[in-house]
Amino acid sequence: MPLQSLDIKRRSATTTESTQARTPIEVAKLIDVSTCIGCKACQVACSEWNELREEVGENIGVYDNPTDLSAQAWTVMRFSEVETAGKLEWLIRKDGCMHCADPGCLKSCPSPGAIIQYKNGIVDFNEEFCIGCGYCVTGCPFNIPRISKEDGKAYKCSLCSDRVAVGQEPACVKTCPTGAISFGSKEDMTELAARRVEDLKSRGYENAGLYDPAGVGGTHVMYVLHHADKPELYSGLRKDPSISPMVSLWKGVTKPLATLAMASVVLGSLFHYVTKGPNEVSRKVEEEIEKEDAQ
Amino acid sequence: MIRDPKDLKRYTASERANHWVVGMSFILLALSGLSFFHPAFFPLNQLFGGPVWARILHPYVGVLMAVSFLIIFLRFFKLNVMTKRDIDWLKRAHEMVNGNDHNMPEQGKYNGGQKALFWALGICMFLMTVSGILIWRAYFHFDITAVRLGVLVHAAVASVMIGMITVHVYAAIWVKGTIRAMWYGTVTRAWAKQHHRGWYRQVTGK
Amino acid sequence: MSQNKDAACPPVVTRRQFFKISAAGLGGTGVALLGFSPKDAHAEVRQYKLLHAKETRNTCTYCSVGCGVLMYSIGDGAFNAKSEIMHIEGDPDHPVSRGALCPKGAGLLDFVHSTSRLKYPEVREPGSSEWKRISWEEAISRVARHMKNDRDANVIEKNADGVPVNRWLSTGMLAASASSNETGILTQKFSRGMGLVAIDAQARVCHGPTVSALASSFGRGAMTNSWVDIRNADFILVMGGNAAEAHPVGFRWAIEAKKRGARLIVVDPRFNRTASVADQYVPIRAGSDIVFLGGVINWLIKNDKIQWDYVKAFTNATSIIKEGYSFDEGLFSGFNAETSKYDQSTWNYELDDKGHIKTDPSLAHPRCVWNLLKAHYARYTPEVVNDLTGSPVEGFLAVCKALGETSVPTKVGTILYALGWTQHTVGTQNIRTMAMIQLLLGNIGMPGGGVNALRGHSNIQGLSDLGLLATSLPGYLVLPNEKSHPTLQAYLTATTPKTLADGQLNYWGNTPKFFVSLMKWFWGDKATKENDWGYNWMPKWDKMYDVIHMTELMAQGKMNGLIVQGFNAAASFPDSNKVNAAFSKLKYMVIIDPLATETSTFWQNHGESNDVDPSKIQTEVFRLPSTCFAEEDGSIVNSSRWLQWHWKGAEPPGEAKSDQEILGELFVALRDLYRKEGGKVADPILNVSWAYADPKAPTPEELAKESNGKALADIPDPNDKTKFLARKGELLPGFALLQDDGSTACATWIFSGSWTQAGNQMARRDNTDVGLGNTPGWAWAWPANRRILYNRASCDVNGKPWDAKRKLIAWNGEKWAGIDVPDFKVDAAPATGMNPFIMNPEGVGRLFSCDKLVDGPFPEHYEPMESPLGTNPLHPKVVSSPAARVFKGDREKFGNHKDFPYVGTTYRLTEHFQFWTKSVRLNAIAQPQQFVEIGEVLAKEKGISQGDWVKVSSNRGFIKAKAVVTKRIMALTVNKQPLHQIGIPLHWGWIGVAKKGYLANRLTASVGDCNTQTPEYKAFLVNVEKISGV
Repeated sequence: MPLQSLDIKRRSATTTESTQARTPIEVAKLIDVSTCIGCKACQVACSEWNELREEVGENIGVYDNPTDLSAQAWTVMRFSEVETAGKLEWLIRKDGCMHCADPGCLKSCPSPGAIIQYKNGIVDFNEEFCIGCGYCVTGCPFNIPRISKEDGKAYKCSLCSDRVAVGQEPACVKTCPTGAISFGSKEDMTELAARRVEDLKSRGYENAGLYDPAGVGGTHVMYVLHHADKPELYSGLRKDPSISPMVSLWKGVTKPLATLAMASVVLGSLFHYVTKGPNEVSRKVEEEIEKEDAQ
Repeated sequence: MIRDPKDLKRYTASERANHWVVGMSFILLALSGLSFFHPAFFPLNQLFGGPVWARILHPYVGVLMAVSFLIIFLRFFKLNVMTKRDIDWLKRAHEMVNGNDHNMPEQGKYNGGQKALFWALGICMFLMTVSGILIWRAYFHFDITAVRLGVLVHAAVASVMIGMITVHVYAAIWVKGTIRAMWYGTVTRAWAKQHHRGWYRQVTGK
Repeated sequence: MSQNKDAACPPVVTRRQFFKISAAGLGGTGVALLGFSPKDAHAEVRQYKLLHAKETRNTCTYCSVGCGVLMYSIGDGAFNAKSEIMHIEGDPDHPVSRGALCPKGAGLLDFVHSTSRLKYPEVREPGSSEWKRISWEEAISRVARHMKNDRDANVIEKNADGVPVNRWLSTGMLAASASSNETGILTQKFSRGMGLVAIDAQARVCHGPTVSALASSFGRGAMTNSWVDIRNADFILVMGGNAAEAHPVGFRWAIEAKKRGARLIVVDPRFNRTASVADQYVPIRAGSDIVFLGGVINWLIKNDKIQWDYVKAFTNATSIIKEGYSFDEGLFSGFNAETSKYDQSTWNYELDDKGHIKTDPSLAHPRCVWNLLKAHYARYTPEVVNDLTGSPVEGFLAVCKALGETSVPTKVGTILYALGWTQHTVGTQNIRTMAMIQLLLGNIGMPGGGVNALRGHSNIQGLSDLGLLATSLPGYLVLPNEKSHPTLQAYLTATTPKTLADGQLNYWGNTPKFFVSLMKWFWGDKATKENDWGYNWMPKWDKMYDVIHMTELMAQGKMNGLIVQGFNAAASFPDSNKVNAAFSKLKYMVIIDPLATETSTFWQNHGESNDVDPSKIQTEVFRLPSTCFAEEDGSIVNSSRWLQWHWKGAEPPGEAKSDQEILGELFVALRDLYRKEGGKVADPILNVSWAYADPKAPTPEELAKESNGKALADIPDPNDKTKFLARKGELLPGFALLQDDGSTACATWIFSGSWTQAGNQMARRDNTDVGLGNTPGWAWAWPANRRILYNRASCDVNGKPWDAKRKLIAWNGEKWAGIDVPDFKVDAAPATGMNPFIMNPEGVGRLFSCDKLVDGPFPEHYEPMESPLGTNPLHPKVVSSPAARVFKGDREKFGNHKDFPYVGTTYRLTEHFQFWTKSVRLNAIAQPQQFVEIGEVLAKEKGISQGDWVKVSSNRGFIKAKAVVTKRIMALTVNKQPLHQIGIPLHWGWIGVAKKGYLANRLTASVGDCNTQTPEYKAFLVNVEKISGV
């Protein structure tokens, strides 16, 4: 069986290492919110490439359509009208998987190989192995994975791993009309972001900055924000995201320990039996009963 | 079947059936649940036709267990009310574990340990049911925080419950003559006199 | 890209690749005891699906950015594989789009496979409520019969003065602005050959005013610069358009400019998607742009932000205007109140004995253009601007200052506009005002400057170039008029301008060469010197039969037939209810379209959206399925005049045929009828040149070569008699070789050079940037592959670039040379005094447009026909444009500001293209349902909240839609009164996969721009109310 084109860093529910010898370039997608016009080309290109078609929905009084992520919509634009210091801003954020360095979904997934983190940083779902438990949803700090109503499996942005594997950029990146989405090595993207932040600061956005949250080990989808101090302005982007303690608490060493605890109950019982012996009815009581019967 | 007409009736057929519905569902739940608990147990889901079937079946079996457990609970909770005697028994439980049960306080139908287990399992079952519903995505869509809590509680309580039921099973194996209570419904008078003297006296009038 | 694919995935790896993951650690002994053999779980990315798919290059069919697309089809091109497009993405080699596509382009796949695609010819019999499938033979013969009967009955051979007019007015035709040039030029020949004068294309409802405004200012009516060139700007004003929304990929170059330090300001009634990435947003009342821009002119003059060297040398600022020209109380001199028309004779230059313009370089003469200009705009103070536009003074001043900064030679500003300026009764004048500003600032001809008209349909520029408009011929020649051009001589005299200043090129002086070559294309060998090249066979117009006029004629029952080629007229024309009633009076209608449209189903009842009774509509409707872009070869012209060739990637669905085949079959059928039966005015039909290898299916190649032109005889080199510039039968290298003696034939003179002996220049794909983002080796631009028009003006009078960093061309002592093809006579030294605007007989740009426009030589603010003020504070006696043409019934349907207090304005959303993409699932998903945008203040007043159903009504009709309540439409104070505007996106109807909706044009008024009759869609009066669920 041939090795595949993207090396694997981590697989869900797998206790041994994947091959770690090769070190491919770590990639990242940079979304410059300050040059995004919210045209939804990325949404459409994503659906086109990945052969997804969400239901035709309804207008709910805003520009957001589809109104939320789904198994058929792996990225959506979220629009918010914000007035800061009397100045109106229309902040538009492309929402989708952030491809965390420390992916909560992968951590919580119980099915071996259903979630894979490639060495280039992409976190991918392999629906063939997805059992549809939804644990990835609980593990994700960004509320991204969605369970399909049709097949009960979890779906999300793959960062077009099939394209990246053959050297292409993701579909959303390629199509972005204004160049608000860039793709390259994480290092290059970080540098590009720095230049954009500098430009924004020169235009009066003092708090412009890069969103690459450390709480999840950094992400492979990053944002340039005009108001990096208030990410929540962008349709509730979390300020300091991290995997929920409820998930991390249970997914770290605790589960193996619990396994050990259960095993030790079993083993403890066994050894109790062989060391203390069975608890049988004492000869004395048996005799008492026999005596009674004899009467 | 009647082995010895003088044996004491401990459980009715209906009670036994009820118990074994709970027991079997527990086994199915433990096996399927463990397969999602840690990768080491993942292959257990093959018993259920693969991981997806295991995921699909697990909650339905859970409902079965919850309902049958509830019936058992209602049947036996009065018998499991803790008394001072039970506390005394529990204080000296280590003697029992060490294999020296001769000086244990006299017990009714259930000893302090069994009663404690009963209530603990009752609490666990309640938590398992509630948390199970929280994370049953096929039918329910709760707030993400609730679901996260549900997953945590379900896994934590499950491991506790598995441990307790292991103890429960072991106790039945360890204390010879116990298992037949759940097979035939009867125990020997000797068994009853030794382990549940109070109950023995009550049913035999001696 | 295919090489990448091969490199990454060697061909031997053709099956799924699996990566074996160690399953160790999974099982553990317990599991082994249970007898499980854990299955290997493989991790693998989805296989790359394009590995060996056939790749075909094409151009996006939607807007005029003209993005390159790569189409991938099933099969590798093998004979046994049936090609079907499976994926479309951007072409990374394309210099403008560089691989990007907007949401429309990204969804092209679902357009190609739309459930609304037509597959078979159908007919809807009179009174019927359904379609009936028919054969192509039946369709063509029935349509031909209708056409012949109608033409025989109604064609006018001669007018009352005995002038042969060959005018067939009882049938009209609408041409398709998304069809290729090759379809377009065939349509031109087909329709004019028949004598059609009621023919129009989408340009009429779109950028008509651009052509008249820019041509009357600079000499040509097209976007001056190119998409990529926008990046060279220091300042970008987006006003009268929403570039980010309507031209997202073109707008990328505005973002690039910004990344290089440019400032971007948006002036618009709505805080739109462009505003979301702008440095500043300034609100404005729809329909008050001339006040704003006139205010800018006034501010620039008052603050001396004028590039004087440029203005004095390259504009008509110094020209002296005739005595008698005046402007008073809202009227220019020469107004006739009875006809609502101006006598423009006083709006012209004072000429000397040689017939040249009198000038005063000192600018002291009171009647020199400069002083007239200064006086005209002195009224437009910042306070007046604020009062009439509602724009805050500081916002207005920010725009003035930013523009003013570009008055130095080393700073350049540009303007991106579109229909926000064109779709007004003063549409042409809106654009004129900006053209004047750019002349004053010296920004025309400069890289990063210009007046950039962002055009609509993918080939609307091409259809304008091909003259598919009521009174046009290819290459901006005019269709002969029965009064002014009764004879060829009269035509040539009237349309060939005389030079108005010494040493000017006056390129239109070559009109006879262009026109005679055109006649040779029309009539072939039948066009001879003796018969004036067939001039008498040309149809001659009496009035302009634009779409509004056509609708009026149909409504009056004066037209019997309408051929609709790729034009959703029911949705695009103003006052949809009137349009529907007008269609209902037709005897026959022929639809040639790839998609089902509201037009082809105008007779269907769709509840409140289209409440008609099919049994009462006696129109016989034929629906002929045509190919779309993906299924044909051909060229289309983008907004910056690039002719880009595209290739067929798959067969059309069902029995669909190309427009060329449909027109070919129809023409041959008609000609056969005339040959067999004879008929009235048969000569033009029998004589029109139809020399195609298969007359029933002219090929794109044949037609493209006809547009380029060829030599019909050897053309000797005038400098060396032993040599020839072209031999008989050769394709011409360019329009310079065109002759007026019948030795050349050329359909579209401006396209000459596009397919030469060297091959198809439009198919060139060298994307080398030779500097400033210019890629002359990519495709081919008219004229003569010049990329930035008037580029001579990027240099001072001595031929030195104004800005060394922006060197396009320069005089090198011998000739003009540089990174662009000089838009100039290459060997005309600066000393000759030849000026940059070579299409203008005076050689300079026009601040004063003389008699070129019907409504004034200087733009003046007139209220929209439906004014929210009910008055015009500048001149209360003349509220709206006095030169507007309004039909009686239409005037009666105007509403007033008391009943309809809010300003309605229609526009497009980036997720959709016109009325097509509601049939495209991917786009319907992205924006599924009709809505209107209402400001928070008005919404509160009316009790409307987010997502409520509302009814918006005008005096002509109503629509029902969802409410998007937004901060982005601000309440304004205009003329001391509060003013609210309602935004009405227009993409919905009753056909398609999006939620059903109403035609937005049910609300709009049937009145157009004074010069071009482009409808006033951007400012009309409406009311709004909340309604309960629909």
